[in-house]
Amino acid sequence: MNNFTYIAADTPKQAANIISQNPDAAFIAGGTNLIDLMKENIAKPNQLIDLNKIPGLDEITELPDAGLRLGALARNADTAYHPLVQERYPLLADAILAGASAQLRNMATNGGNLLQRTRCYYFYDIATPCNKREPGSGCAAYDGYNRMNAILGSSEHCVAVFPSDMCVALAALNATVNVSGATGERQIPFNEFHRLPGDTPQLDNNLQHGEIITSIDLPPGGLNKNYSYLKLRDRTSYAFALVSIATAFELKDGLIVDARIALGGVAHKPWRVTEAEEFLKNKQPAKESFTQAATLILKGAVGLKHNAFKIELAKRAIVRNCLTALNPDK
Amino acid sequence: MKSEPQVINNEHDKLPAALAPELDIVLRVNGHDRTITVRPWVTLLDALRGRLDLTGTKKGCDHGQCGACTVLVNGKRINSCLTLAVMQTGNDITTIEGIAQDGMHPMQQAFIDHDAFQCGYCTPGQICSAIGMLNEGHAHTRGDVQELMSGNLCRCGAYTNIVDAIMEVKEAQGNE
Amino acid sequence: MQQKYIGKAISRVDGPAKVTGTAKYAAEYNVPDLHYGYVVNSTIANGEIEKINLTKAAMVDGVVKIYTHENRPSTAWLSLNYADMDAPPGKPFVPMHNNKVVYNGQPIAMVVAKSFEVARYAASLITVEYKADKSDTDLVANLQNARDPKKGLASFLKPPPPKPKGNAAKAYEAAPLKAGGSFYHGVEHHNPMEPFATTVVYEDKDKLKIYDKTQGSVNTQMYVANVFGLKFKDVRVLSPFVGGAFGSGLRPQYQLFLSVMAALDMQCNVRLTLNRHQMFTFGHRPATLQNTFYGADADGKLQSIQHESVAETSTYEDYTEIVVNWANMIYPSPNVNLQYKLAPLNMASPMDMRAPGGATGMHPVEITIDELAHQAGMDPVEFRLLNYTDEDETTGKPYSSKELKECFKQAAEKFGWAKRNPQPRSMRRGHKLVGWGMATGIWEAMQVPTRAEAILTADGKLTVRSATADFGTGTYTVMAQIAADAMGMSLDNVTFELGDSDMPFAPISGGSFTAASCGTAVQAACLGLKKKLLKKAQSTNAEYKSVNLDDIAFVDGQLQPTNSAVKPIAYTDLAAASKNKQIASKNMGWPQMMKQRKYTRAAHSAIFAEVEVDEDFGVVKVTRLVSAIAAGKILNPKTARSQILGGMVWGISKALREESVMDHRIGRFMNTNLGEYHTPVNADIHQLDVIFVEEDDQIVNDLGIKGIGEIGLVGVPPAIANAIFHATGKRVRNLPIKLNDLM
Repeated sequence: MNNFTYIAADTPKQAANIISQNPDAAFIAGGTNLIDLMKENIAKPNQLIDLNKIPGLDEITELPDAGLRLGALARNADTAYHPLVQERYPLLADAILAGASAQLRNMATNGGNLLQRTRCYYFYDIATPCNKREPGSGCAAYDGYNRMNAILGSSEHCVAVFPSDMCVALAALNATVNVSGATGERQIPFNEFHRLPGDTPQLDNNLQHGEIITSIDLPPGGLNKNYSYLKLRDRTSYAFALVSIATAFELKDGLIVDARIALGGVAHKPWRVTEAEEFLKNKQPAKESFTQAATLILKGAVGLKHNAFKIELAKRAIVRNCLTALNPDK
Repeated sequence: MKSEPQVINNEHDKLPAALAPELDIVLRVNGHDRTITVRPWVTLLDALRGRLDLTGTKKGCDHGQCGACTVLVNGKRINSCLTLAVMQTGNDITTIEGIAQDGMHPMQQAFIDHDAFQCGYCTPGQICSAIGMLNEGHAHTRGDVQELMSGNLCRCGAYTNIVDAIMEVKEAQGNE
Repeated sequence: MQQKYIGKAISRVDGPAKVTGTAKYAAEYNVPDLHYGYVVNSTIANGEIEKINLTKAAMVDGVVKIYTHENRPSTAWLSLNYADMDAPPGKPFVPMHNNKVVYNGQPIAMVVAKSFEVARYAASLITVEYKADKSDTDLVANLQNARDPKKGLASFLKPPPPKPKGNAAKAYEAAPLKAGGSFYHGVEHHNPMEPFATTVVYEDKDKLKIYDKTQGSVNTQMYVANVFGLKFKDVRVLSPFVGGAFGSGLRPQYQLFLSVMAALDMQCNVRLTLNRHQMFTFGHRPATLQNTFYGADADGKLQSIQHESVAETSTYEDYTEIVVNWANMIYPSPNVNLQYKLAPLNMASPMDMRAPGGATGMHPVEITIDELAHQAGMDPVEFRLLNYTDEDETTGKPYSSKELKECFKQAAEKFGWAKRNPQPRSMRRGHKLVGWGMATGIWEAMQVPTRAEAILTADGKLTVRSATADFGTGTYTVMAQIAADAMGMSLDNVTFELGDSDMPFAPISGGSFTAASCGTAVQAACLGLKKKLLKKAQSTNAEYKSVNLDDIAFVDGQLQPTNSAVKPIAYTDLAAASKNKQIASKNMGWPQMMKQRKYTRAAHSAIFAEVEVDEDFGVVKVTRLVSAIAAGKILNPKTARSQILGGMVWGISKALREESVMDHRIGRFMNTNLGEYHTPVNADIHQLDVIFVEEDDQIVNDLGIKGIGEIGLVGVPPAIANAIFHATGKRVRNLPIKLNDLM
């Protein structure tokens, strides 16, 4: 861990001002990922700006349109167990509780969850090349041990996956990220928040240096009747996903009127394919349609040496999870 | 705490800058205010073990992947290895040394009765985690306990005994 | 001897210290003026260090010294001086010996600073330039280099395979039933929860007190004295609590060498703790490739056993384990061919890891037997009973005791095996295919000479001590039980102490031999103490002059002569009348070699497993395991059950979870953390049942103890693999079994 100074900010504006003057500073909230990265000498900020003392950012409040605003500093656990989240957005609650451990969820914040970095083995080992960690050094995972790596949307420069569970549900629920910076505030639709690696894999998302996530908005209609979150991994709990899936339907008169299917553990961002969701609309929910949707979602998937199985695994998981979403209580 | 931000210049090719100044901070641990002098890079775990000689809290992985460092902060369990001591001022921190008022906490006794440990190294973390879990109130079944205790690894493999111990305490609490 | 405590389910005597956090481990002695080390590890697997740049690191405020191969103080010249009690044939690794890199992760520099954080930071500023040579780390790609292992001291406890018998290849060809295949498992690391750590207290010139994480305080003492040229008496090693070891503490690890080197050189107190990544930079269970070819006649009687194995070792030591010997120990066959070879690779030397060799070798054996049973159309238990033996055919000796049949019976009954439909894929619950499988386990019962001292004081307390270890094994508790019974005292008045090289000699604690070895020593010391008590009684009390030891009962803290005319005497009175108000006896517990040599002595087990396998995803859940253990006398069913439960969890882990994944391009392990080196979590472990089968064995030792540290693991992985076959019809031979193997 490198040498750094510490300051606690009182307001988002103050935090933004401090960081705007120092390109090597970093915000810290829950710390569960950043401190880990600092111990690995991957993140080396020379100054930490503690956001935890900023009042008001840890609240979960109803929006006038019956949506819900999740404060960026609200802890993952407090979000998952919040009565309004449980009632209106149970898919989000399930996704959060499928991630990490109870201890980590008690510390980790909602804003931080969006900003967590990949668990690619090579990103984490500074003795190996990694374009995300050190642009231009190469991607050791591409021909290396890549069981946990991407099958969709990757590039020759980076095959890392984004490890969050929570964000898979947020993607499916069409959330919006509220951001505050030195130049003001803006809103980023969730599906535009994270990036694909392309030739700039060092950029995980479209947040600018100095911008702070203040909250995440969930639109009304949490799809709380027909939903399911499925996570497949190498142990029963406390492991990152090989494939995870957030599925939600709105059904009317025996037909699917709205379908959301987002995948985690397969790409550099939560993966949604509009074509597949449109395909399911106005159809009766049936295994055959789900199988076709799965094929559409995995279109263009490329398996690497150690993770090709994830393509078929993802297809099967999509079908199963669609069926489960029809009867979420079972 | 100083309010003026300080910046260290440690650009890559330059020689290392002077270390960040040490700060006097007050941590409230097990009901007592303890003043320590630390640089910002000292984790809560290292502050407890090294500066306060509270070595009951264990360092198993130092990366939030084993749970041996679990302590209670304001009643909730966290990994003390993934937070900085300077970030924990104003919070109420409880370690294994502080969970019993007098004698043993029922969870400690249950761990002994069910032989819920062997080498003992994960044990303080397991016990703090179990107490935190029951405080949090989301464990209703044996399966819930297994899932919600999965942040605490035990390499000796005492898991079934750990769950037995916790269920006993949980049921006794429920009957109160 | 009256057995008031032996055999009773007594709570661990060290429990209160462990649940309150007062039990102190090696890195928890906060002595004054402590200096902190932090190690830098190599990032290549083979080659030379050309340059280490220390400039930046040295400039950090608080750094006191940085050691590399270029400036480290000289230590012993002879390789022999570095050989610890568990050293295999070859030349032990010496940290920072020269500029050669022999494995990836090798320690190459150490910063010593006034705080842990400064040392860690400075270490991150050190850069290294290498001349890298090609490295070979993939066992399967280097089979052409396999050769016979070198022999050495270690071969005594790990004999090479017996000579071939009959013509196994011909018999295999002729056999109507044939089974076998190729089995591979990769490297596993012990990963005890407590990282390796040493705190060195510099007491005086050339005089050290060392808190070390070790399975043998005397082993550490001997190593330090030999390497650094110190007198044994000036090196005191303490390890009262060890946070798990599983074999990793059988050899001194490099933090010991480096911290002692720095303490002696800087003349100050030094602590060095390894981080979790560094826990992957020394010994491990070696990757092993095995092939089996078994043949049976039409009735299912084995006619041919062929089992060959190639295991990885380092370029500098020949680490061996018993891998292929087991098959013919438990299954008779007229034709047998067992081969065991090593392939040296650019890796750290492997080392003993829970049930070394046994867990490895019994996996192919028990799967191949399951395959044969399936082919023969026989129940796997019946097939094993048909091929049962009370004699170890590899040596021609009978077993001193073997209640394996009873294990089968009791475990099968508890499991409900009788209801099994032999057809694979015949059971399901929703999306889950359900399978039932079973396997046998075996582990040799060993005993090594160990000393103990028993001290009785006038306050009525008995203290027994030996330099042995308790790393979760229950030694503190069971030794106190043995002593209390031996002396006829209340357990409350008996304390057992361990983990201190100043105490009477004990070898490293491993191989499941500690209970038998130290237990025998405790009995010997108590017998010695009884003799001294009688002698004292005779010198103070005339009526005892003609009383023999055999004519006295030692109960309730008294000498009670069978002749009721002679009055009992309390131990406390005799101690009070002695010098220093105490009576003590130090004795050696010897194995009964003459009795033992005529027999093979081993613990056995039968394991029955139920698994659910998701038919779409291949996710395996071990829903139930029943393990019946025949391991002689069980000293404490409570702590013993925990040992077996731990072995079963290890079995689940070996079958389905753990593997150190290496990138062979760079010879580097890639998942060196507990997030990605998967050991089971609580949610992975479901119903586990342990049965101890009664087994009386007068040959192994007086107490009838066989040891239980390893047997709980052996046989569990094949039982799970066989259950997976029964669930899915798919035979997976490699470990660990991942979901994609079953999709």
